[in-house]
Amino acid sequence: MKYAGLLVMPAGFFLSIAALVLFPAPAQRIAFVLCGLGVEALGLVVAVRGHMENRGGNQ
Amino acid sequence: MTDAIFALTLSLLVLAPLAIAGVALINTGLGRSRSAAQALLGCLAIVAVSAIVFALIGAGLAGVPGGTGHTLQLAGKPWNWIGSGPFFLNGLSTAPLEAQLALLFEFMAVALAALVAWGSGADRLRLSAGCAVAAVLSLLLFPLSAHWIWGGGWLAQLGVNFGLGAGFLDAGGAATVHLLGGLCALSVVWIAGARKGKFPKEGLSTAMPGHNAVYILFGCILALVGWMAWNLSGAILFLHAPLAQLPVTAINTLLCASSALAATFTVTRVRFGKPDASLCANGWLAGLVSSSASAALVSAGAAILIGIVAGIATPLLVELLELALSMDDPSGAISVHAVGGLWGLIAAGIFAGQNGQLLAQLVGIATLLGLILPCTYLLFWMLDQVIPFRVDPDGERIGMDLHELGGGAYPEFVIHRDESYR
Repeated sequence: MKYAGLLVMPAGFFLSIAALVLFPAPAQRIAFVLCGLGVEALGLVVAVRGHMENRGGNQ
Repeated sequence: MTDAIFALTLSLLVLAPLAIAGVALINTGLGRSRSAAQALLGCLAIVAVSAIVFALIGAGLAGVPGGTGHTLQLAGKPWNWIGSGPFFLNGLSTAPLEAQLALLFEFMAVALAALVAWGSGADRLRLSAGCAVAAVLSLLLFPLSAHWIWGGGWLAQLGVNFGLGAGFLDAGGAATVHLLGGLCALSVVWIAGARKGKFPKEGLSTAMPGHNAVYILFGCILALVGWMAWNLSGAILFLHAPLAQLPVTAINTLLCASSALAATFTVTRVRFGKPDASLCANGWLAGLVSSSASAALVSAGAAILIGIVAGIATPLLVELLELALSMDDPSGAISVHAVGGLWGLIAAGIFAGQNGQLLAQLVGIATLLGLILPCTYLLFWMLDQVIPFRVDPDGERIGMDLHELGGGAYPEFVIHRDESYR
């Protein structure tokens, strides 16, 4: 689950870069960059959940 | 660059290692007494490894403002993605003075970023693993970020290429040092796991308080001096700030830290009945971290506001990470450096007052979170297969000092038995 979350995160980065290249209008750019950050946040949440499942695993 | 500005910047950069000393003391104080010598020796070793690796390879990849770089053409725009400077510091003495100073700044920055991750692995991260983490950071992760942000890379060029304010602004290293270091700390915490007995199978986490509040609080005072030098030299080198802007930058740094401390003091007083020394130290440090991106750009009022937000968020985040998310981060680096740096970068975008600046800051944050964090985790995971991060259970039981160094930091003191091993 942690790996799935980490794999999702680059998708958010590429979404943010795509927003810069594809949309000259500021409003659309901001919306897509925020979407990219949202995808990254989702990936981070999934990765953190994966870490929590392993609570006490190293002990 | 005039001779006077050169002399001033060099003097400031000579004071900047006090920030490293402060963070080293804070890391050591927040760890356990039976790992204190290993923690502080580790700080020295990490600074040494970072400096050597960065000098040999990293500096060439990071580059300096106005230096050369490899560029991709994408959608009709140039994307300068990595430096093409000489390796082994070749030709350094004949480089322009400004480039030499920027390189010195980067030497300090890479050492501090590596120390941030070391603090999170306290009491279980092996010395060799800490040095290996510092080597990977200095070889690839830091040079990439530093080139993109400070070396004229694509993030610095967002203003020119896409009309986003002045490009990604981070004069003091909120992203390059603190967010990057915090993300490395997160990866170390995930890979090394929690200290033995920290998270029992049932019930709340076990409290493992820092062993020396004096180290922690004195480290905060040292860090203030270093941070002022850091923010001032960054403003001169990367923002070309005029002399008249420098006193304001120093005052804003102090105000950020002070308001953050006041906020953390109040929050911990309300939550626990008494202010908590180590959380207050974390709040102070978070204020300094959040000032790194914004001190040279904002008004005094904005600096106070930035510090208050950092100071309120830090103790709550430390608690959230430990109690709700099961992350054992003894130095609080994830809350202080990663989240503090993140907030500082956003605040710089909000308060800098340039059109499109906030969007440039958000793109930079998306890059570090979305690209650098997964790469960091992957590299550290591979490193862990070669050099195991975590000490063996016996080493953790007797303490890192005895296990790795053969002697403790306080040989005349009785080290208390750990109740969690019963």
